[in-house]
Amino acid sequence: MFPYELFLNAVVAGVLLGGFYAAVALGLSITFGQLDIVNIAHPAFVICGSYTAYILNEHFGMDPILIGIIFMPVFFAVGVIVYRIYYASFEKTGQESLSGLAFFFGLMFIIEVVLILVYGVDYRLVSATYIGQTIDIGFLNIPLRMAVPFVVAATLSLSVYFYLSKTFMGRAILAVSQDRLALQLMGADPVKIKQFAMGIAIATASVAGSLLIIIGPVEPSVGRLYIGRVFAIVVLGGMGSISGTLIAAVMIGIVESLVATFYGPSWAPAVGFIILLLTLAFRPQGLFGRQ
Amino acid sequence: MFRTPFSRVRSWTITGALILAFAFSAAVSPAAKAAEPIKIGFSMALTGGLAGAGKGALIAMEIWREDVNKAGGLLGRQVEFVYYDDATSPAKVPGIYTKLLNVDKVDLVVSSYGTNEIVPAMPIVMRKKLVFPSLFGLAANEKFNYDRYFQIMPSGPNPLVDWSAGFFELAKRQNPAPKSVALLSADAEFALNAVASARTHAKKMGLNIVYDKTYPPGTADFSPVIRAIQEAKPDMVYIGSYPPGSVGLVKAANELGLKTKMFGGSMVGLQFAAIQKNLGPMLNGVINYDFWVPEPTLKFKGVEAFLAKYQEKAKGKGVDPLGHYLPPFAYAYLQILGNAVNATKSLDHGKLAKYIHATTHDTVVGPVKFAKNGEWAESRALQVQFRDVKPNDLDQFAGPGKRIVLYPDSVKSGEIVYPYKQ
Repeated sequence: MFPYELFLNAVVAGVLLGGFYAAVALGLSITFGQLDIVNIAHPAFVICGSYTAYILNEHFGMDPILIGIIFMPVFFAVGVIVYRIYYASFEKTGQESLSGLAFFFGLMFIIEVVLILVYGVDYRLVSATYIGQTIDIGFLNIPLRMAVPFVVAATLSLSVYFYLSKTFMGRAILAVSQDRLALQLMGADPVKIKQFAMGIAIATASVAGSLLIIIGPVEPSVGRLYIGRVFAIVVLGGMGSISGTLIAAVMIGIVESLVATFYGPSWAPAVGFIILLLTLAFRPQGLFGRQ
Repeated sequence: MFRTPFSRVRSWTITGALILAFAFSAAVSPAAKAAEPIKIGFSMALTGGLAGAGKGALIAMEIWREDVNKAGGLLGRQVEFVYYDDATSPAKVPGIYTKLLNVDKVDLVVSSYGTNEIVPAMPIVMRKKLVFPSLFGLAANEKFNYDRYFQIMPSGPNPLVDWSAGFFELAKRQNPAPKSVALLSADAEFALNAVASARTHAKKMGLNIVYDKTYPPGTADFSPVIRAIQEAKPDMVYIGSYPPGSVGLVKAANELGLKTKMFGGSMVGLQFAAIQKNLGPMLNGVINYDFWVPEPTLKFKGVEAFLAKYQEKAKGKGVDPLGHYLPPFAYAYLQILGNAVNATKSLDHGKLAKYIHATTHDTVVGPVKFAKNGEWAESRALQVQFRDVKPNDLDQFAGPGKRIVLYPDSVKSGEIVYPYKQ
């Protein structure tokens, strides 16, 4: 008999996991997908979000998600500064392709080393009332440690989606990704728009970091484990498509969960990447990317 | 070409100066050498995945160096460390040891932390025929059979088999004894070896292996794995995992109410204070390996004084604040090397190896006697069970009563609570 209870539990676990992946990939979807900036340091910013959540949770008992939301403006400002440096050093002179990549690589290492020097290398974790709790709906067991990050990640993704598609600044960001010259001719400053978009991208890392540390322990270099996966999600969803990123993240989450449940967890990442390759073979622009 | 009288004088002057310099250096060499420090070289994981443990080990090693230098050093010479960060990257290890031996000219070497970092150093150390005390490598000498290798981790003379013996010996003693087992391992050397040992014992006991899988690094959610294990209905679950996986698996097992009679095995991370504090009561009932815990049966000479120094130095360094797991052994492997130098009054690696093989060493981790292959002659890999752990309290782990030693019998401090969860 087909174990449908196990199957449905695996699907739900995959959806929840996908939500978390979406939160981590969201910022990269903006920088890489829309601004054409290969911000390989994005997972390192996510780890900064985790450490911020850890410090305030440890010392003041604050909820990690609340910390992530409160610190979004700070991360936004960091994103703006990083873009200004990147623009002045590389983009302005047309050296953004290789030198820009090296810049973000360097930034990633600097962030890691600073975290090691300041906070050491021990694993860091947070406490929250929902960690360790489970809600049972019929035969479905849903750990709140995964469900709460999913709800937050989905809210964050939808907020960014609506912001980009419904507001003037959001549309300007989409426009700068499509035709920078046309935007300039309309009298808008692409640099200011891009720095604003970079600010939003890094601000999402604040929340994603708090979700990461809720799910598991964090140390300064743990972000590297997510680089391949988040880039895969952004490409699979379609470059620059926020809704595509969310759907691709959930898809990868479900596939990983099903494979881990029925075939063994070792195969889970491989199957995710096979789906990516197959999608790119038949639809090079990704699931929801423009031609 | 002809030589002028001036050039002849100059060449005689140079030759004379060289002879004098040689004679002078030969005359002063022993005295100068005696004043030179003895250099001990090693690589250590100070960044990367194993850095938490590596930095803790370094603190312990520095305490040993301070103790030794305060007592007059080795052979009347002060001890100096030359070390480099291997960034938890096995690829960096051969280069580091080559530099230590050929450029830094160290007198002695010891290993970095962990199997993956020890194995790449072996060919270099073997070529120079050096004594190689090593820190927590599981069966690292299995393929090399190097007779100057000495492993401080008490995993026993046949580590690939002995490693999980305690867990399965405990299972055998229960009534009714478990009949089936689930095996899960991280895709990495130590965890795979640990689970290979468990597989051997499971087959020997005639247990039905109902689940046998591995998981990759970077796995964020372990609930699908725990559900799959639960579906297989094993009587016990043996896991080989690293800290992120260990935390994820213990949390998922509690959240999903995994029902089994024994749960644990070789979960790295459950020995670290920060993780113990965070997991709190979720740890209750878990049976896991360990090497030293503050139980009355393991109070060896000097261990408490060492830990007091370690805990003071560890403050604010972002390393394990209690230091029960690795630091005493990092101190002990240097203790053995230092004692060998003093006892043989020599830095001759042949003599040192012979002495270390022949002696039972009195260390902060208890008496250590090595087998022919450089592993402990008798296994003392502990099986401890978490008991009465309360939430959010780090201090509770500093004293006895929270990690009860179930095995081996020689250091047993309590009885098993069985089953884990039903």
